[in-house]
Amino acid sequence: MRQVAILSVAMTKFGVSEKTNLEMFAEAGLEAIAQSNLEPKDMEALYFGNCLGDFEEGQMHMAPFAHAELGLPISAPATRFESACATATVAIRHAALLVGAGIYDVVLAGGTERACAMGTPLATKTFAMGHHAQYESRPGLTFPGVFAMAAHMYSDKYGIPLKELKLNMAEVAVKNHYHGSMNPKAHFQKEIDVNTVLDGMMVADPLQLFDCCPFSDGAAAVVVAEAGRAKDFSKKPVYIAGMGQASCGPLYLQKDITRVRSREESVAQAYREAGLGPDDIDVVELHDCFTIAEILALESFGFYEFGKAYDAATKRETYLGGKVAVNPSGGLKAKGHPIGATGAAQVTEIVEQLREESGPRQVEGARVGLVDTLGGDFGTICNIILRS
Amino acid sequence: MDYKLTYDQYQQGLEQGKLLGLKCNGCDAVTFPPKSLCRECNGSDLNITEIEGHGTLRTFTVVRVPPMGFTAPYVVAMAEIDEGAWVMGNLVDINPDDADMSLIGKKVRLGNQIVKGDNYSGGDSRVVTFSLAAD
Repeated sequence: MRQVAILSVAMTKFGVSEKTNLEMFAEAGLEAIAQSNLEPKDMEALYFGNCLGDFEEGQMHMAPFAHAELGLPISAPATRFESACATATVAIRHAALLVGAGIYDVVLAGGTERACAMGTPLATKTFAMGHHAQYESRPGLTFPGVFAMAAHMYSDKYGIPLKELKLNMAEVAVKNHYHGSMNPKAHFQKEIDVNTVLDGMMVADPLQLFDCCPFSDGAAAVVVAEAGRAKDFSKKPVYIAGMGQASCGPLYLQKDITRVRSREESVAQAYREAGLGPDDIDVVELHDCFTIAEILALESFGFYEFGKAYDAATKRETYLGGKVAVNPSGGLKAKGHPIGATGAAQVTEIVEQLREESGPRQVEGARVGLVDTLGGDFGTICNIILRS
Repeated sequence: MDYKLTYDQYQQGLEQGKLLGLKCNGCDAVTFPPKSLCRECNGSDLNITEIEGHGTLRTFTVVRVPPMGFTAPYVVAMAEIDEGAWVMGNLVDINPDDADMSLIGKKVRLGNQIVKGDNYSGGDSRVVTFSLAAD
């Protein structure tokens, strides 16, 4: 395999947007191409992420239209990726695999999502289409519901009283909102305190509103290239050191959802390829769709023993300046979660961190960063380790 | 290869009050609800079997912000049946506001109920229910 670099990254502001999916993607994609010092005509393929365009805008098969918006050549195929919330990371991984294999030299990858256009009842319905339709959507399961069940199981399994667990989960939200307050691209740029979380409306017991990430609109894109291209480029090169991806089936087959087996496998693949381990990671963008999700992820990575990560934010170990900076962008919780774009925005944050371009939320001396994106109810996990 | 126990057959079973699953002739594991291969060993030598309908509640949530078409609050739960498989369903015969951590580990009895169809589900369907078993 050839070495692969990320030449450039770009994202729109995340939040509620009046722009279409294509308009948002054009904004991010053209910015990423401009930042790479290349032209649209130099892109050899477009790996395009979008989950719910069919419901958001009545638009299926959006990739060729994105291709047209960006002015890519007819010779560059545009392909839609859909891996629920892990969509863009999976698109980027596959771009990197083909660049590594020598099929392409330069690929544009990323995603776009306009979830807010659906409104909460339809958005909740369409997101729930990510569960097993016959056996798990039909009892009325929702995504907050899955992570709520994981939180109850975590409390029971490790003997942590629910009240204590919830207080520590709230600290995850407080941290990520604090980080998000320093990110001008974040959906929410306001600090909150523990009471904001504990006074919020109940979404799915025990998860309250501020335990949950928002529905967001936004797009992000990255230029993936053969590493030689990065050397004649003015910005500090950022390389893909390792990647992983793994799959699990429906929840009834996963059983104990305090252990995310797909993530344990995926991150092991990424560590192995990179020749690195948990102690080598300086900065992480992980999939904190819900506060409990961040806790589960920290344990899957091997940063903490199982059952021990629940108070990491409370002890400030995952803050900027802590043991390992987790979600300096604000994470999905505060930066927002336009599902088809999220993974590309996580890569954007890590690349900017490794280039020391992150301003007030810069992780000092960051050299190695981990991207972690979860799709569906733990069905897909994709990890990318980047290094400067 | 023939699909041993289709979703439609499983649904017909529920309609008759039967919980149909698959028993593996290779490893004896019971797969419920059904899928193509044994959940334990991926074996394809399977016989249709009827589940006893007893289990233990492993986790739950009370959904308060429902998807379009559902009326909240209601309880979604996962239980481990005595035959070893886990299954998702609705905990019924309980006020959702009374659902708390003490439910985990409780014995449940399995049944089923109808969920109204919508534009995406091809009509009404039946889902597994759990009721707290009498001590």
